[in-house]
Amino acid sequence: MTGAPVIEIRGVTKSYGDREVLRGIDLEVGEHRALALIGASGSGKSTLLRCIDLLEDIDDGDILLDGEVITDASCHVVAVRRRLGLVFQAFNLFPHLSVIDNVTLAPVRAGKVARAEARERGRELLAHFGLAGREHDYPDRLSGGQQQRVAIVRALATRPRALLLDEVTSALDPELVGEVLELIRGLKTEGMTMVIATHEMAFARDVADEVCFLHEGRVVERGDPARMFTAPERPETQQFLRRVIASGRL
Amino acid sequence: MTPAPDRRAAREAARRARARRGAVVAALSTVLVLGGLVLLVVSAPGWDDVRSTFFSWDVFRDSFPRVLAGFWLDVKLFVVVEVIVLVVGLGIALIRVTGAPALFPMRLLATVFTDVMRGVPVILVVYLVGFGIPALGVRGWFADPVVLGGFGLALCYSAYVAEVYRAGLDSVHPSQRSAALAVGLTERQAMRFVLVPQAVRRVMPPLLNDFISLQKDVALISILGPQEAFRVAQIDAASDFNYTPFMAAALLYLSVTVPLARIVDHQQAKARRRQGHAVTP
Repeated sequence: MTGAPVIEIRGVTKSYGDREVLRGIDLEVGEHRALALIGASGSGKSTLLRCIDLLEDIDDGDILLDGEVITDASCHVVAVRRRLGLVFQAFNLFPHLSVIDNVTLAPVRAGKVARAEARERGRELLAHFGLAGREHDYPDRLSGGQQQRVAIVRALATRPRALLLDEVTSALDPELVGEVLELIRGLKTEGMTMVIATHEMAFARDVADEVCFLHEGRVVERGDPARMFTAPERPETQQFLRRVIASGRL
Repeated sequence: MTPAPDRRAAREAARRARARRGAVVAALSTVLVLGGLVLLVVSAPGWDDVRSTFFSWDVFRDSFPRVLAGFWLDVKLFVVVEVIVLVVGLGIALIRVTGAPALFPMRLLATVFTDVMRGVPVILVVYLVGFGIPALGVRGWFADPVVLGGFGLALCYSAYVAEVYRAGLDSVHPSQRSAALAVGLTERQAMRFVLVPQAVRRVMPPLLNDFISLQKDVALISILGPQEAFRVAQIDAASDFNYTPFMAAALLYLSVTVPLARIVDHQQAKARRRQGHAVTP
């Protein structure tokens, strides 16, 4: 592991009523590292990401960002969220705003960046990710892949410390998955710290520095991608990967 | 088998014939139904009396300018009350949907207010406000019957419109709020820049429907005395026992409500088209 962890998760638990979704998660993600979260639907991947971005309260444990606890009652929730970027499975772009306004809303309103400056940077980011010329389109005029790329640009516009990606290709038509994965691969090369919840096993093996298998709210196994996919040690991981291979996704 | 170009021409001709037949049937049925209705009314035993008391051209010409002058008051009041209602209604809706503990008493009041105002007939509210507030000893501009009537209407319609806004806010998917918070907006900014704009767009057609109702209900202030279109028509009709002035007033109301109704239809069609395209859940 290189450097001190950007995100550190210590014994985090979370329940919805009687249903325990996270049952004591311990993880850390170092600077410039990409951690892939894999596991069946309902294993807690999305909930964990929402907890890190403070969209959900955790019941027990701590989450740290750059060594500082962010889950205490005294923490300034909005300030923490501004230091993290979260990208959703269903894009969740603002349908009433143009692409450039989607990207600049947060920097202008929350980050207090001057509008002209925010638009300039937004345009640069969009161009960098192959979306030049789409600034004034509305989200419903874009393909799913383009929408998700805009959503990623929107998350990057506030210069987050780390990016949380929640199954960002699961809602896309198969032929549009590639362009989004390509973008994420580019971010990895540029050194972005990322937590990637994904069903794209080949992608996880390719891009992640570490793969973590979640099962029923617990970290069952984690390790080097090459080993995780070729020689998983725990029976739950083996079973999960067998099912994934049987469905032709690895 | 016929060659392809012929086949296509034959199908095209059949399609055209079908369309022509449809147009003829529609025209015939319209003439029959409408003609039948007119015949029915005209052949009624009292038709001659009705024609002279409701459709007298002379009376119409004489009374119309006065009714029109009265109608001007309706229009002015409508515009002022509508603006107030749009603002106050949104305020009430926002109070009801936010969870801030400090707003609890406001929330309670807002709930009681909407329940009461939606449950009481508009005419009753106008009456109670119009005679109750002066009885409290209130004097000055606020005691003017037009202002009081407008106030009564604003009370009722703020409650209706608040419910429309609230339905709109509820219909915006929670994921939009999550997305707004995730990019670092505060709850208040999320409401202002993300949720309210989407809600307002969605409730445009029902809001316009309430516009139309309000435009008609403005006539209710006549019970407090102001000489708006209905009141003027009533006075004119009473002076010579001819009801044609009411027809003049009806025409004037229609001249505003029918175009409004067309705008509503247009908006609804546009909203449907938009939803057809929408990709975001």
